[in-house]
Amino acid sequence: MANKSYTKEFLKGLWEENPILRMLLGLCPTLAVTNSAINGFSMGLAVIFTLVMSSTIISLARNIIPKEVRIPTFIIVIATFVTITDKTLAAYFPEISKALGPFVPLIVVNCIILGRQEAFASKNPVGRSIIDALGMSIGFTIILTILGSIRELLGVGTIFAVRIMPESYEPWMVMVLQPGAFLTLGLMIGLSNWINARRAK
Amino acid sequence: MTNLFIIFLSAVIVNNYVLVNFLGICPFIGVSKKLGPAVSMGMATTFVMTLTAAVAWLINRYILEGLNLQFLQTVSFILVIASLVQLVEMFIKKVSKPLYDALGIFLPLITTNCAILGVALFLVLKEYNFIESIIFGFSAGLGFTLAIVIMAGIREELELADVPEYFKGAPITMIVAGCLALAFMGFSGLI
Repeated sequence: MANKSYTKEFLKGLWEENPILRMLLGLCPTLAVTNSAINGFSMGLAVIFTLVMSSTIISLARNIIPKEVRIPTFIIVIATFVTITDKTLAAYFPEISKALGPFVPLIVVNCIILGRQEAFASKNPVGRSIIDALGMSIGFTIILTILGSIRELLGVGTIFAVRIMPESYEPWMVMVLQPGAFLTLGLMIGLSNWINARRAK
Repeated sequence: MTNLFIIFLSAVIVNNYVLVNFLGICPFIGVSKKLGPAVSMGMATTFVMTLTAAVAWLINRYILEGLNLQFLQTVSFILVIASLVQLVEMFIKKVSKPLYDALGIFLPLITTNCAILGVALFLVLKEYNFIESIIFGFSAGLGFTLAIVIMAGIREELELADVPEYFKGAPITMIVAGCLALAFMGFSGLI
């Protein structure tokens, strides 16, 4: 792993090891908040901040954390940054905070974040961990934004509240409701499998 | 009494934790391959959820609100859940070995089940009292069990179905879950 270049470390989160499409991690927020593009995007930003900050701290402290209590330590570090994110959102962006609701505090149990600490930050130097965290969380954000855009486009006819579909378009309400989330994500994962199989050939 | 019944019905069916609130998706996708483990996972989750609801309510009321420390909510709840799961694991191991073996790996996994933290956060958000919180925790667990058992039943049948190659595994599971969610939307007028 040590001979991987920084660029590779960054890019793997975007496609090869994309947390949502390839590893199926962090699905709850993925499904719950993507009823519009802006919600998906802001959730992504919250995860970028939390993951990068937690990875930095864990990676710096990786040699002093006893192995037996590493999981509780990770969780407390993560919970601290999640609380900061939650309170900041509530203070400066009350509307977004309201739309995301309990899913901001729920970032604590987002498996992507704990997973990266366990699999990467606790074993690698700071620089590498930050790059890894950035790649993973940006990969997460991109998928959330695409998912949110598709659902908003079909369900309301807009993307980022900008009207795309003609006025005569009859919105598919179901896309912004719960079933739409499952269906769209299922199709996206299927599509990514197909693209991967094509590239492998 | 009616109030409690409405909370029960709402958490089990109308606002089903998995299919309507999107909590606990990871075990829902991960542990729903076979019926047996799905039932065990559901039972373990229900058990921990009920306990968490009770403890989280007490902590929130008497420690966090009492000392005006609400900003520590997330940190303290996750700690409570982690230690509770550990405690439950040790307790079950001591008291009932067969049950411990049946639950196996699922017990420690419950810590990172967002449905559990979700219960703790929701009961504060909805300002339930102590009894209501316990009923809420229990019925949210039942709702989770219901969803995961239905899902496991469907997936066992799905093994025999002719699914397009790229849609095998996770994608088809998601799409089936979408159909289930569509069915559960039918209950939304119930309350």
